[in-house]
Amino acid sequence: MADEKVQTKLLDELEKGPWPSFVTEIKKARKVSPVCDDLLGQLELSYEEKVGHWKHGGIVGVMGYGGGVIGRYSDVPDKFPNVAHFHTMRVNQPSGWFYTSNALRTLCDIWDRHGSGLTNMHGSTGDIVFLGTKTDELEPCFKELTEAGFDLGGSGSCMRTPSACVGKARCEWACYDTMKMCNDITHEYQDELHRPPFPYKFKFKFSGCPNDCVASIARADLSVIGTWKDDIQQNDAEVAAYAAKGLDIQEDVCGRCPTRCMKWDGKKLTINNRECVRCMHCINAMPKALAPGKERGATLLIGAKAPIVQGALLSSVLVPFVPADELMDTIKELISRVWDFWDEYGKNRERVGELIQRVGMGNFLDAIGLDPVPEMITAPRDNPYIYFKDEA
Amino acid sequence: MAVTTEQLAEEMYQMVKETMGKKNLKAGDLTKAMIAKYGEGELTKDDCKHAIRILMDSGRCVYSYFGGSFITLPHKEGSAPE
Ligand code: HEM
Ligand code: HEM
Ligand code: SF4
Ligand code: SF4
Repeated sequence: MADEKVQTKLLDELEKGPWPSFVTEIKKARKVSPVCDDLLGQLELSYEEKVGHWKHGGIVGVMGYGGGVIGRYSDVPDKFPNVAHFHTMRVNQPSGWFYTSNALRTLCDIWDRHGSGLTNMHGSTGDIVFLGTKTDELEPCFKELTEAGFDLGGSGSCMRTPSACVGKARCEWACYDTMKMCNDITHEYQDELHRPPFPYKFKFKFSGCPNDCVASIARADLSVIGTWKDDIQQNDAEVAAYAAKGLDIQEDVCGRCPTRCMKWDGKKLTINNRECVRCMHCINAMPKALAPGKERGATLLIGAKAPIVQGALLSSVLVPFVPADELMDTIKELISRVWDFWDEYGKNRERVGELIQRVGMGNFLDAIGLDPVPEMITAPRDNPYIYFKDEA
Repeated sequence: MAVTTEQLAEEMYQMVKETMGKKNLKAGDLTKAMIAKYGEGELTKDDCKHAIRILMDSGRCVYSYFGGSFITLPHKEGSAPE
């Protein structure tokens, strides 16, 4: 494979159309990285044969850590020697994914020296993903990363790298400081992040409002989603300005409110805030006129996961409202009880959401010492899945 | 604490050694076994955490990934090319 370019007939299809293409990007990197031809060649082979040619490595990592490196080996190393080892390193991203250009250059230079130079910014875990290196390069790369102030992220049965939306850095809707919370939790649980103590993975994701830009409700074992307790802030002059500019407030705002709790008489918008479920629709539709209330905090939800061992789950409400300034303490206290319960009863590779389904929400709440509340429902107007003892 | 952290690490090491090849142990399995042996009042999860850290930082044990994370003796990577 040394000089000639590999034929990538099937992969070339992925360069067509108006979208960014990883094939195009890897081809561009050929000039600087010797692994690209073998990488494309092996993938083309997989497309032809309809089988994967990566093997999972079990023990590669850096000294003392049980996570952050995902071992990969080619099962056709004779054909593609440059990707015989192709380990991934997960690097813990800064909260909200903010970098100085200098930090980005530092990261890229480290990876040019120790790996393929190919990165994925960012993986769905949130981490900076360094794609492809050899076992011998792991320790030197880790050393340079830590000297530059970076650390590895999580993999395996540990607390995974927490992630957060940009929150207060850019977004006026943030009901708590998501970036700070993400950073604080990352530091608080360094041990759980680097030394896998759990039956399986555990993810925290922090969204500043119910728009849930990091999709925590679908992806995090503990989802922290900003919300407010008082009334939506309303600016009538701006409401009128939206109407004047042609927004159909009746149809597009009131008509799409899930609880139909808004009224528009052609001049004045009235919101029955008691019935509002904080879905963000009206605020998204009229950002200059409406805003989350002033009494801000977050809802804690538990148990989401993507399908791996079992099917996908969305997280469900654990604590309906925690004021922003009590959030850190509440999470710490609650999570220690949740982790204790999961440690005790979780089966190997059982996510906490699956454990709750297996033992029942009622038993779970009992064990962690929380009282059931009406907000713990799968959907409005649905049956609560809490069974009170007296009725049993 | 009825035992020193080093003793605890040594006992965990023996457990890993004895079960190697028969059963894979997680951090939680070692912790539970030690607490069962010495009694809940005598030993905390944190004590066990420190003992595991000693095993890892000294290189006597390593974390291995087989779907989930386990604690094993250092061994040759099965899937690595020769
Ligand atoms: C003369 C006989 C009955 C009368 C006058 C009667 C009257 C009522 C009334 C006024 C309601 C409340 C409706 C509402 O406001 O939502 C109701 C609800 C209900 N009734 Fe009856 N009912 C009678 C017999 C029955 C029988 C025989 C059953 C069952 C075998 C039954 C089952 C229910 C149920 C399940 C509800 C709904 C409760 C809820 O939505 O929370 N009723 N009934
Ligand atoms: C095995 C037998 C039954 C089962 C499993 C069953 C189940 C249910 C369920 C799941 C609901 C919905 C509750 C909700 O979401 O609000 C419901 C509602 C209701 N059921 Fe039944 N039911 C049974 C028998 C009966 C019988 C025999 C009657 C009447 C004679 C009856 C009358 C009603 C009424 C009136 C409602 C209320 C509907 C409402 O609130 O809108 N059910 N039942
Ligand atoms: S989740 Fe809400 S607060 Fe966070 S960036 Fe998105 S809209 Fe803004
Ligand atoms: S936030 Fe959603 S539920 Fe609340 S008033 Fe607006 S549209 Fe209705």
